[in-house]
Amino acid sequence: MSYETDIARIETIVGELERSEVPLDDALRLFEEGIERLRAASAALMQAEARVRKLIEESDGGFTLADFES
Amino acid sequence: MKRGSRRPAPQAELLEPQLFPVAEPPRAYGQRALMAAMSLAVPQVPGASPESAMSVELLTQQAKDVVEGAFPRLWIRGEISDFKSYRSGHWYFCLRGATAQIKCVMWSRDQRGVPTAPADGMQVVALGQPTVYPAQGSLQCTIFAIDAVGDGLWRKALEEATARLRADGLLEPSRKRVLPRLPRRVAVITSPDGAALRDIIAVMQRRCPTVEIVLIPAKVQGDGAPADLARAIDSVTRWGQVDTVIIGRGGGAREDLWAFNSEPVARALAACAIPTISAVGHEVDITLCDLVADHRAATPSAAAEAAVPVLAEARAEAAAMLIALREALVRQVQRRRDRVGRAAHDLRVGVSRAAERRGARMTAIAGKLHALSPLATLARGYAVARDDSGATLGSITDFVPDVDFDLLLRDGIVRATTRSVRTADEDR
Repeated sequence: MSYETDIARIETIVGELERSEVPLDDALRLFEEGIERLRAASAALMQAEARVRKLIEESDGGFTLADFES
Repeated sequence: MKRGSRRPAPQAELLEPQLFPVAEPPRAYGQRALMAAMSLAVPQVPGASPESAMSVELLTQQAKDVVEGAFPRLWIRGEISDFKSYRSGHWYFCLRGATAQIKCVMWSRDQRGVPTAPADGMQVVALGQPTVYPAQGSLQCTIFAIDAVGDGLWRKALEEATARLRADGLLEPSRKRVLPRLPRRVAVITSPDGAALRDIIAVMQRRCPTVEIVLIPAKVQGDGAPADLARAIDSVTRWGQVDTVIIGRGGGAREDLWAFNSEPVARALAACAIPTISAVGHEVDITLCDLVADHRAATPSAAAEAAVPVLAEARAEAAAMLIALREALVRQVQRRRDRVGRAAHDLRVGVSRAAERRGARMTAIAGKLHALSPLATLARGYAVARDDSGATLGSITDFVPDVDFDLLLRDGIVRATTRSVRTADEDR
């Protein structure tokens, strides 16, 4: 699940909750889903500092990443 | 055809300047040309007399030798005309000046360095070897290189490649993919020691330090750069562990950017399975890579900005969404509470209105009832006569003499007996 699908889904949920009256059960379920997705999206924003790496193609066609000092 | 069967070369040393009417032969005239010219003056060579008449083959062959000997390969400036490309791949055309022209041929094997076929009317400089074509007895040039004056030839090549990409649908706006808003990994195809890479790393780490940058080193200019770039794009596609691809280089002269105008590179980029950003220099020129990429950035820094959000802003956005989500739910509940409240109020109002209406009616009916009640009449001093069965005795005919009946008064009942009856008229 990518960051933008999460964000887009949350936007849809907010819109749905704002626009129309949904049955209370559904409203609660939507809210919970929104919170869950928001948690996932926020996790993507909180990852550790990433480095710069270099892609190396092996002779067997596989790929490895090596640190790259810029 | 035998070549130079009567080559006068050995006599060269014997030349005397005074044999020539012109004291100083033109500098362009080479040694062999001088010899050839001299040979006409020597009696024993063919063509000196009707008896020794020279064959056309020999003449044209010797003319060819003379011309080729006289001119080294040289650059010629002129305008292309009558351009024809034969099925063999060889090109035939004329180079034209204002008042003169020379036929030219360019063999297909010599065309590799030329970006595309020149067009009629194009101003060019061409590296050629003047020669004679014996079959037609004509002066012509064998061409080894062509450069358009200005960038005409490059532009033409670019236009042709663009047209081919367009014909294949690779320039359709509908092909443009949306870039991921928050990529975890961004691949950068560029030179490992170029300014472009430094700029991209700096901007991305400033905006969004959580994003991992993966360099795919590639040669961005010079021989082999197009093949290297295409290979790098292909590697990224096969590897696939990346969300966005930036391909580019820092600013440079137009010819330095040419690898990004390579059709194979553009096609590889169009085929890339991952959303792409092109970032080729600061030039106003748009390269083929710019045309096929999902997003075009004017500079590597701009590409980095397009690739990643400012992390702080994204976090603020997430925080705002949490608030929006909560408020939306609260509003749902609020709306429900409001509705219940409204319903209760309506109900109360309805009930009391109904009660009021009912009350009013009761009063009216009660009044009517009251008015109609015989008790009220009694209250005013009247009496009602009733027989023992309870029937009201309303007429004299109801009274039977000597039979008892009740007389209802306001405060009680009187037992009475009928003595006699008479009509109202008799009473009067």
